Amino acid sequence: MIVTRRGLIGIGAAGAGTLLLGGCDKLNSSDSFRGALKGATGLNQRTQRFLMGDSLAKEFSEDDISPVFKANGSLGVPDPAYQAQLASGFANWALRVDGLVKQPLMLPLSYLKGLAQRTQITRHDCVEGWSAIAKWQGPQLGTVLAAAGLLPTAKYAVFHCADTLEGAPYYESVDLTDAFHPQTILAWAMNGAPLGEPHGAPIRLRVERQLGYKQAKYIMRIELRDSLAGLYGGGGGHWEDARGYQWYGGI
Amino acid sequence: MNEAAAESAPEAELRGGDLVRRHRLVTRLWHWTNVVAVTVMLMSGLMIFNAHPRLYWGQFGANAAGHPDRAWLDLSQMNGGVPFPGWITIPSHYSLADARLWHFAFAWLLGLAIAGYLLWSLLTGHIKRDLAPRAAELAPSHLWHDIKEHAALRFPTGPAALQYNILQKLAYGGVLFVLLPGIILTGLTMSPGMNAAVPFLVDVFGGRQSARSLHFLCAFGLVAFFFIHIAMVVLAGPINEVRSMITGWYRLPRERAVPVEASREKGEQP
Repeated sequence: MIVTRRGLIGIGAAGAGTLLLGGCDKLNSSDSFRGALKGATGLNQRTQRFLMGDSLAKEFSEDDISPVFKANGSLGVPDPAYQAQLASGFANWALRVDGLVKQPLMLPLSYLKGLAQRTQITRHDCVEGWSAIAKWQGPQLGTVLAAAGLLPTAKYAVFHCADTLEGAPYYESVDLTDAFHPQTILAWAMNGAPLGEPHGAPIRLRVERQLGYKQAKYIMRIELRDSLAGLYGGGGGHWEDARGYQWYGGI
Repeated sequence: MNEAAAESAPEAELRGGDLVRRHRLVTRLWHWTNVVAVTVMLMSGLMIFNAHPRLYWGQFGANAAGHPDRAWLDLSQMNGGVPFPGWITIPSHYSLADARLWHFAFAWLLGLAIAGYLLWSLLTGHIKRDLAPRAAELAPSHLWHDIKEHAALRFPTGPAALQYNILQKLAYGGVLFVLLPGIILTGLTMSPGMNAAVPFLVDVFGGRQSARSLHFLCAFGLVAFFFIHIAMVVLAGPINEVRSMITGWYRLPRERAVPVEASREKGEQP
């Protein structure tokens, strides 16, 4: 067999390609390599937090609002109790705030609507890559947390939701930096109307400097915790547990 | 590249066949670091693209059921909705989460390497001496001449091969000053956290979805450069070229043999 120089290069390239792919997949399933990659994730979070400070996410004008805002993740909650609440406009519903708080609260929707409101037109960025813009209205999460009074050990606000995805209850969490950011609101209205079922009625979280999977819908309970360990998969959210998405969704 | 001049014989005394120092250590280190970084970024990036294989212009863009926003590129019907196959993605099985882990870790390598290299190139005069096109080189007649020479596969020989020709300067300059900075800045613009930290970036690129489109176009600019680059390396003598980027040593291409017709006129045997 005559092997030309060009042939050798071809064989070499194919071999390198196979090695590269096989090598990357091996690295991808190596715990220590994944640890290093996740170390970069922590670095990204610290760098972004340093650069951001308490700056605001961009707010848009009415003209920028998406004609149709894509609903994603859970599009509804089949649970009969939820459906009964939805049918009655959540008249008898109340948001539970508990955990590491001085005063656990049950807050009716009318109470949340009666608090000082923030309205913001912001962009929702899905981890998949798409974006949609809508107008959101609701009280700041900070107002609600201040009403309950945080214990000094509280570090995370965990949002327990009515929906389930792939058989697991949806939940999400933010730390106090984002919980008390002025644009972090419990939105009950979208584009001037009460939230519909696909968008998370009665309330969803808006935490505007992070990706879509952090914007928990169908929030039933806010639990203050000192750690995310020991709760479901320990990742601090459904997609973090189920897929390994970063807990910090700023990128 | 002219870096040999200072380290070996004056250029005028160099002839085809001479072994000279060509690429400096920093250039070689950056080149291979960049090969690794760009490869991982491209392959993990294609996996991320698979998660939403549509591109839009403007601030928003999504495929709401029944009411999709207008996409200028829609590959969602390709290959069963996963346009880029496993042999070209990291990881080779579908995992947006894992691709993001790789992408946002190797982004540091890509960004720090190019930032460091550009700074070094500026401070040492590499940009001014070797990369910046001179006015005469940009004259249409000169450009056309170099294009014809390349098309005929007649590359510079002897000491002339140490200088980048204008097509090389434009290609390398395009990568160093446009495509790599562009892909990094558009990448940062897709991050909601960076939008809050550096709000003007999203305005510069005309919206997050425009930035995402430009990010993809920059990536394909780099892929196009890669294929042309590899083709030129193969045509110009792959062993000599690759050796010069590993060890720094480069053998000047020999002057072309005198054409047959001309040698006959001189009474020589071909």
